[in-house]
Amino acid sequence: MNPEVQRRRIDAIVIGASAGGVEALSVLLPALPVSLRASVFIVVHLPRERPSLLADIFAPKCALPVREAEDKMPVESGTVYFAPPDYHLLLDKGPQLALSVDDLVHYSRPSIDVLFDSAADVYGARLMGIILTGANEDGSAGLAAVHRLGGMTIVQEPDSAQVPLMVLSALRRSAPDFVLPLDEIAALLRTLASADTTAPRIIPQGK
Amino acid sequence: MAADNTDIELRLLIDAIYLKYHYDFRGYATASLKRRLAAAQGRIGCETLSQLQDKILRDAETFAKLLSLLTVPVSEMFRDPSYFLSLRERVVPLLRTYPSLKVWVAGCSTGEEVYSLAILLREEGLLERTLIYATDINPQTLQKAAAGVYAVDRIAGFTQNHRKAGGTASLSDYYTAAYGRAVFDKSFRQHIVFSDHSLATDSVFAEVQLISCRNVLIYFDRKLQNRAIGLFRDALCRKGFIGIGMKESLRFSSHSQAFTDVVYQDRIFQKAGIT
Repeated sequence: MNPEVQRRRIDAIVIGASAGGVEALSVLLPALPVSLRASVFIVVHLPRERPSLLADIFAPKCALPVREAEDKMPVESGTVYFAPPDYHLLLDKGPQLALSVDDLVHYSRPSIDVLFDSAADVYGARLMGIILTGANEDGSAGLAAVHRLGGMTIVQEPDSAQVPLMVLSALRRSAPDFVLPLDEIAALLRTLASADTTAPRIIPQGK
Repeated sequence: MAADNTDIELRLLIDAIYLKYHYDFRGYATASLKRRLAAAQGRIGCETLSQLQDKILRDAETFAKLLSLLTVPVSEMFRDPSYFLSLRERVVPLLRTYPSLKVWVAGCSTGEEVYSLAILLREEGLLERTLIYATDINPQTLQKAAAGVYAVDRIAGFTQNHRKAGGTASLSDYYTAAYGRAVFDKSFRQHIVFSDHSLATDSVFAEVQLISCRNVLIYFDRKLQNRAIGLFRDALCRKGFIGIGMKESLRFSSHSQAFTDVVYQDRIFQKAGIT
């Protein structure tokens, strides 16, 4: 891959992870620059019946504010939002956060597909979608939706994924803009610092 | 920016439903409505929302099916046991001070929450003086709720929740199991009124001491949430209680000042004591 860099505005980043996700996020989230203007929305598959500690775990590791999403919370830039357990997290026009208790998708609530689909609707080409490690097919359809609506798509390289099923499933469904090991995704996120409100865009040459 | 076709079709469909059947989904949160409609479109066998619109305008049965697909989130009895435990420990002692009680379960769907509250009130010795209003917009789910019949394979989960919610008896004391179904005791019915009511179009119908409306407001946009929360404020007696879903909030509503926290973690609030 010989990337060419071009200015491109990213207003939101959606990240989906399942088994091995907490470890993967421990590499990615500390890489988010303090000057990031994009909002970050994350679904990690977790037990539904217990409160989630994700926001507490990652707040001290992150330069940005980290919150657990609540219904109708206004979306702030440079803020990380985790989906709460047992609720789907969606983006609504505004943009504003929305929750639902609709049926499980791929045995999961929250579901990565639900977040990615709705975020693609709201942000279109200004969205970046990232699929990480996991033992589930959730997220493949969602990443395809991000791609279809012009967003940038990234899939963790299967060899570097603790459990590769989810990334393999995403790769089968649609060709992402990038397939990268975790540390290179982290490096890419670091480049999203944006004092001038635009972010560099890296476009792979050829396919 | 030009709206995409699905957005246009969605709006037209919602308007058509309102004009033809007087169900008002115009204030529903778009993202989840869109998802439900996409699923319903597939289930009903339509290629587009326009096709679905055509079908429901001409066929009331298809509309009834669509209505169910749009309005039935699956719930469980004593969902979020800590909510019911907090009601028991923090709200029931104050409810005891009233000679008679009225409780409103808004958006009761198939009734799991209604029977949970009825059981809790019976265990606390309050059900005899209580009337529960259980309301929903969907007549089919209200019928199911009134029947109080649940698949027996769901009972194990309900039982576990009930125990965690501080249940003082065995859940099996309250139902009869037969033919794979659990039928909840008919004596509960004397204390429950099931009724058609829309938070989008209807008004307040009674003064109540407790409202439970969990995971209903999440499907509304902010304007409709404000309307619904306004109804709750007006329906509650002074110092009356309201419980909402575990990740729902009154903070972002225009009526946030009307309520104070009782058990914030379980989203139980009290109407402020202003007279």
